[in-house]
Amino acid sequence: MSSQDFVRTLPSAGSGSAGATLLRVHLDPLFLCVLIAIVCYGLVVLFSAVNRDMDVFGNQLIRMGIAFIALFAAAQLQPSFYLRWAPFVYIGGVVLLVLVLLIGVEVKGSQRWLDIPGLPRFQPSELMKIAVPMMVAWYFHDRPLPPRFKDVCAALLIIAIPAACIIRQPDLGTGILVAGAGVAVLVLAGLYWRWILYAGLSLAVAAPGLWYTLQDYQRQRILTLFDPQSDPLGAGWNIIQSTTAIGSGGVWGKGLFQGTQSHLEFLPESQTDFIIAVVGEELGLVGILGLLALYLIVIARGLMIAVQAQSTFGRLLAGALTLTFFVYVFVNIGMVSGLLPVVGVPLPLVSYGGTSAITLMAGFGIIMSVRTHRSR
Amino acid sequence: MARSISFNDPLRERRSFGARVALLFTIAVLLIAVLVTRLVQLQVWEFETYQTRSDENRIQVQPLAPPRGLIYDRNGVLLADNTTIYSLALVRERVDDMEALLARLNQLVGLDAEELEGYERRLKRRRRPFEPVTMKEILSEAEIARLAVERHRLPGVEIVTELVRRYPANSASLFAHAVGSVRRVTEEDLQRLDPVSYSATRYLGRRGVERFYENSLHGQVGYQQVETDAHGRIRQVLEINPPVSGKDITLHLDHRLQIAASAALGGRRGAVVALDPRSGGVLAMVSNPGYDPNLFISGMTGETYSALLNSRDKPLFNRAINGQYAPGSTFKPIVGLAGIATGETNWSEHIEDRGWFKLPNQERIYRDWSWTARNSGGQGVVNLNRAIYRSSNVYFYDLASRIGIARLAPFAAQFGLGQNLAEDISLASSGLLPDPIWKQGVKGQVWYPGDTVNLGIGQGDLLVTPLQLATISATLANRGRVVRPRMLLESNRALVELDPLPAPEPVQGLSPEDWELMVDSMEDVVHRGNKGYGQNGTAWAYIGRGIDYRMAGKSGTAQVVEIRQGEEYDEEELGEFNRKHAWFIAFAPADNPVIALAVLVENGGGGSSVAGPVAREVLDAYLLPQLAAK
Repeated sequence: MSSQDFVRTLPSAGSGSAGATLLRVHLDPLFLCVLIAIVCYGLVVLFSAVNRDMDVFGNQLIRMGIAFIALFAAAQLQPSFYLRWAPFVYIGGVVLLVLVLLIGVEVKGSQRWLDIPGLPRFQPSELMKIAVPMMVAWYFHDRPLPPRFKDVCAALLIIAIPAACIIRQPDLGTGILVAGAGVAVLVLAGLYWRWILYAGLSLAVAAPGLWYTLQDYQRQRILTLFDPQSDPLGAGWNIIQSTTAIGSGGVWGKGLFQGTQSHLEFLPESQTDFIIAVVGEELGLVGILGLLALYLIVIARGLMIAVQAQSTFGRLLAGALTLTFFVYVFVNIGMVSGLLPVVGVPLPLVSYGGTSAITLMAGFGIIMSVRTHRSR
Repeated sequence: MARSISFNDPLRERRSFGARVALLFTIAVLLIAVLVTRLVQLQVWEFETYQTRSDENRIQVQPLAPPRGLIYDRNGVLLADNTTIYSLALVRERVDDMEALLARLNQLVGLDAEELEGYERRLKRRRRPFEPVTMKEILSEAEIARLAVERHRLPGVEIVTELVRRYPANSASLFAHAVGSVRRVTEEDLQRLDPVSYSATRYLGRRGVERFYENSLHGQVGYQQVETDAHGRIRQVLEINPPVSGKDITLHLDHRLQIAASAALGGRRGAVVALDPRSGGVLAMVSNPGYDPNLFISGMTGETYSALLNSRDKPLFNRAINGQYAPGSTFKPIVGLAGIATGETNWSEHIEDRGWFKLPNQERIYRDWSWTARNSGGQGVVNLNRAIYRSSNVYFYDLASRIGIARLAPFAAQFGLGQNLAEDISLASSGLLPDPIWKQGVKGQVWYPGDTVNLGIGQGDLLVTPLQLATISATLANRGRVVRPRMLLESNRALVELDPLPAPEPVQGLSPEDWELMVDSMEDVVHRGNKGYGQNGTAWAYIGRGIDYRMAGKSGTAQVVEIRQGEEYDEEELGEFNRKHAWFIAFAPADNPVIALAVLVENGGGGSSVAGPVAREVLDAYLLPQLAAK
């Protein structure tokens, strides 16, 4: 795939006045259009998933509006601004994470939320999805690349502190995603392949040991992946119902609002983490492929912006944020379709919920900032 | 300075970054290809599996119980109906706090230990998720109202409606033994019954007509396809295939006659079976005491049940078809006819009855019922006619010993003794007609001539049920034509059970005159009166006066305990349950009988004095309205 492909899909981007106007306000026209397409697609599916409940739908609409504002705001700031503030944001985030462990609000058995008077309740771990790659990119922006061993160790420490805090909440899924975002920067920075290989091998060796550090329910989720029928009404329920929903959709789907698995409440979490099953059931294989195609355009565009970025910091940050986005998509669809264990990862820009969408959009705003603020 | 390398070579760094991104993008595309493959697997290759699974999730096929067929008497009076009951069921999956819920339910409707145990037991059976499990059956209106008010605070509680058998209150216990009853289908039943046809049925015929005609009364199970959500709530009915209700059946039973028979027995233990001798139709079948069959549907406390089960009066025992007693003197007409048929006697031959009988070369003395220690008694000169209306024991001792068991037993068997002749009363006992082979086989003893002597007056090992004796009465009424007793008169549709048994052979070896003379003798039992001491029919004094129709009858008393040689039967000395059973068989009008019956009063005493009036009352109740109508 070359950059020409994407240019062709949006003929006005180069020459049209609308594209030029957007660029002037630091928005990438193609990127923006695809994001809007995904959000609209997601809203339609959500409208069905919530049984046409206008209140819930309206909530999501407002959140998406806020998310786009976050995108717009983030795009206005110069990459150099992010570079300057990266260490402070990171340190602030770590402080908040420690606060969460100390005085956080417990919801459903894990302590993820911070309730500071005067501010809306929020999850500091969400902030770290951006702060960690930003900090690692900051660390490498004036260091020799490919990274030397001691720099890699330092970067791993930067990643490990917040990741450990998040896993302690416990929120293994987010912890791994945050760590993954940091590691993505390392890989993009040119980490030697053989080091990656060594790390992979040592992880494989350590796997049996890691097994014992998992919580019971986490082990159960991994075991369930291999044999959902062992406990069809308990641990296996989610995965049996989601694969049934997707599979029964067939190629063309049962039609919007016609999904029986979701509307008859067999499918759990159908508005949040498992919403791709609603897509699969109601819009079929075609519906999922369409969404995947949109996601793939976002990823390709994000990586292209990274490649064309002028600074090391911009390159690493834009690349890492894009890869993280890909990981979200892959992990979510992988888990709902029964390829990966169930971890709490929402489907980006589609699942019901505001925090994740706002973080993601802010991330895309940063990528656009990298694209549009160019030193001449 | 190592650090300057990167600054000095931004182009190289940029190129290596580009290569990495290209590689990572390729990996991402490959991973998405893995996802797509998985989706194709689910949605294309295994589509049908998942489509089926999705339909199985939401579509439930629920069996619908057919309404049980109704049962009517011959006049269209409803004997067995259906009614709606409401029961309390719990959906375990929807109950958060079981203990709190049970405590609340206990306050609202009261739950006893038995109900809780039953619930736990049913909960363990195989069931679908979210299937309601019965907790308490038969809620009262007040209980339903209380539950309805609290409903939103009782998640998982459901009120289930169901159609069940109901025996009308005013006739329930009166007809319990004749119509039978239903009982709950048990686990063992389900192994035996057709699991499909009985998938929604919770009660099946337990006794009587309800049991015999189970297949016809049951009907055909229906189905509905419903769409349910994950919580088991029905969202919509997709398809309905309604059940076919059971066939309605009409019985020969006559509601009014049944009431009259029960009233005639009063509170005494006993039975009345009345047949239409022309068809064998059972006009009345009373076994006293009865019981309320509704108890077996609505449930009863263990106390009530054990009281029913252990009562000395045995209310659950159907005396009419399962009570087996010696027929006593009611057997004498058969012995007399056997004497005629075998040529051992004729209507004019007579003997001298001195009140006792001795077999040649034997010491044992067989005494007449009228024998007393002070006065040896005896009926004097008796022929067959007088032997019947005076019920001479000595005459029949003598006659039976002359006929011999080898000829007497086969002759008596023609009347249905020792077998169940009934067309549709499968649980009826067959009684016992003893003969040498039976005695050798069961008792391991040879047949003594004395056994034949005892048989001559219907004692010894001979046993009959009231139904059998009513059949004998009908055979006498029919002048030898044997009919099968039957409950079913007709039904609104053809019955599966209706595969008629062959008609029994008529009694052989007798001329029409012989039958008329026997009927005349039995008429004398009732009507021969005002002839002076020792000359009247045995029953005349009790029932023979003021009769508007001709009635033929024969009394009998069956010994319960053996009276030893030389001892007298003294009713006062014996306990109630050791007193003789009183029998009376009768049919009327004698020349064209439309009803034949047998009356048993357990431990009642004299046949003529105790059972006779019962028979008269029943016949009056049946015939007088008919006579008045003419």
